[in-house]
Amino acid sequence: MDKKKTFVEDIERSLYDIKNEDRYSYKANQGLTEDIVRAISKEKNDPDWMLDFRLRSLEVYNNTALPSWGPALDELDMDHIVTYVRPDTTMKGDWKEVPEDIKNTFDRLGIPQAEKESLAGVGAQYDSEVVYHSIKEDLVKQGVVYTDMESALRDYESMVKEYFMQLVTPKDHKFVALHGAVWSGGSFVYVPPGVHVDIPLQSYFRLNSPGAGQFEHTLIIVDKEASLHFIEGCSAPKYNVTNLHAGCVELYVKEGARLRYSTIENWSRNMLNLNTKRALVDKDGLIEWVSGSFGSKISMLYPRSILRGEHARAEFTGVTFAAKGQTLDTGAAVIHAAPYTSSNISTRSISKDGGVVVYRGAIKVAPNAHHSKSSVNCESLMLDDISRSDTLPVMDILNDEVDIGHEAKIGRISDEAIFYLMSRGISEEEAKAMIVRGFVEPIAKELPLEYAVEMNNLVNLELEGTMG
Amino acid sequence: MAEKFLEIRGLHAAIDGKEILKGLDLQVNKGEIHVILGPNGSGKSTLMNLIMGHPKYEITAGSIAFEGEDLTTLKTYERARRGLFLSFQNPEEIPGITVENLLRTAKKSIDGENIKIMAFKKSLEKTMATLKMDESYASRYMNVGFSGGEKKRNEILQMMMINPKLAMLDETDSGLDVDAVQIVSAGVKHFHTKENSCLIITHNTKILEHLKVDHVHILMDGKIIKHGDAALIDEISENGFLHLK
Repeated sequence: MDKKKTFVEDIERSLYDIKNEDRYSYKANQGLTEDIVRAISKEKNDPDWMLDFRLRSLEVYNNTALPSWGPALDELDMDHIVTYVRPDTTMKGDWKEVPEDIKNTFDRLGIPQAEKESLAGVGAQYDSEVVYHSIKEDLVKQGVVYTDMESALRDYESMVKEYFMQLVTPKDHKFVALHGAVWSGGSFVYVPPGVHVDIPLQSYFRLNSPGAGQFEHTLIIVDKEASLHFIEGCSAPKYNVTNLHAGCVELYVKEGARLRYSTIENWSRNMLNLNTKRALVDKDGLIEWVSGSFGSKISMLYPRSILRGEHARAEFTGVTFAAKGQTLDTGAAVIHAAPYTSSNISTRSISKDGGVVVYRGAIKVAPNAHHSKSSVNCESLMLDDISRSDTLPVMDILNDEVDIGHEAKIGRISDEAIFYLMSRGISEEEAKAMIVRGFVEPIAKELPLEYAVEMNNLVNLELEGTMG
Repeated sequence: MAEKFLEIRGLHAAIDGKEILKGLDLQVNKGEIHVILGPNGSGKSTLMNLIMGHPKYEITAGSIAFEGEDLTTLKTYERARRGLFLSFQNPEEIPGITVENLLRTAKKSIDGENIKIMAFKKSLEKTMATLKMDESYASRYMNVGFSGGEKKRNEILQMMMINPKLAMLDETDSGLDVDAVQIVSAGVKHFHTKENSCLIITHNTKILEHLKVDHVHILMDGKIIKHGDAALIDEISENGFLHLK
């Protein structure tokens, strides 16, 4: 009997794997010392308070142990990580002025194209600094600020000082302490009260330098009754040495404001992705997270929403896909810190070829947060017997007048469902692909269009030795 | 002379080593409606799943042919492409796949050509109207959140859209209220022509009222123990199966 073999394809990585020559105007020495931190701060022309902040963070880093839970991080050797690589260009407002190889990289990733078609502003970071930034004129006129963090620290210093690493503090864990010490790059967004940014802004983070770390800081403030959709994309070519990403995202959603924050992370398989994201939501505000985790060797990522005003809401929609050699430990946390707050978490994960996915979630309801609601739904699908999937939800409910629901499903593709589709004339391979596509469909439809297409390409089929 | 569709000879089949069918013979010709009656556990559903090629069941002896071609070496989807269809007793719920998407993919797989979207949509709308299904069902996920009756109607919808040569209905009427049985029955009547055949398992003779049944078979303990015409249905309704033992 002829044997048909089928599999759900890996992400097509060739596009991301094109490497450029490692050129830079400044590159820190490998490792993490006070001298290196001082050198980065000097290179970046930090104000004194920022240098102090970096040095205090370094001290916290040195005095903090690695997390006692989650994936093993033994291979992380900070002595061999370069924490700062300034590309050999300054930030431009015109793609024509961006060095050609860097521009070509972003062209291949579709950024200038998307900018023309569907974005109101773009930031493009290459290694440690942003090399291109743009924002539509009418947004500037309405007082919207969208720029890189280095410029923000110069031009909006008081606002940065008020918010920077106040929501995520260096003491929270070892890798935010590291971030506080060596951060560079990232985006700063301010949307004034009542302004609705109808078209998304997108920042793209590209790490080209082998053995480097990327520590971009994203700080977004959406003021009262304003709204914004922000998209973040990340990728890197594959190297044989370990790269590190320890970014930090702080989102402030003020009274009655709405923020949708979409991320598609497609790092290469030599990347340790230890990222920290948090949102603070005031009365009647809404944070919507859309998160796709496809790349990296190890990811630890659990965006946290703190609902501190009455009727504040958080929505989290996530999809994680782990293939061979990947451990993607992702999830979401919500803290209900005020009455009448609500949260909704919905995730789908897929593991194949020995990949490991973990959903790690936490819901906390403070004693005063009566009439809060939370609903969690996590589903995972293992495509073979060697892959793994775990669900680790934590609930800490300190008020009785709440409505909390949790649903978790871990499974394989059902043989009965395959039989059913085959009885309708659909081949076994197509049946499996339809089921996998169907599994992620509720999430895929939330992704920005170009990423949804990428997601669907992912679930394509390959037939081998079909006819005997 | 009648054209042979399905021809089963001396069929023995087992699941997990336990024999369920013990030498079964059955022949269904083009244009005929056959009904299989039998007590629970007699092997009726097994037979239909086996004809469709469910991997759980193992054929230990005998043959199944369709239009003269041996079916037993064909995959389930190949059997469907030859013109076989099974309306399931318990249709699967498949999240993320809409009714319309499934039907479009099925039509394309079976007919082997690109289908014309507008014509397909029109025909889907019309068929759903015949079955008194709201058109919103086309964009709902397969059977997810459907009531028992809605699931069965969805099976009949697929049967009518796919238009197979041999439709097997495994207790399509079970668990339905009177109105739903009427709708399903009307759907089967609408579907059936002298070009196709039906093989129906049922406990409820209501579904058969408007159909011209050609042959009735009594299946007990893995064998067909009695053949007859439509009159056999009334006999079983009155006396049950026990006296046949």
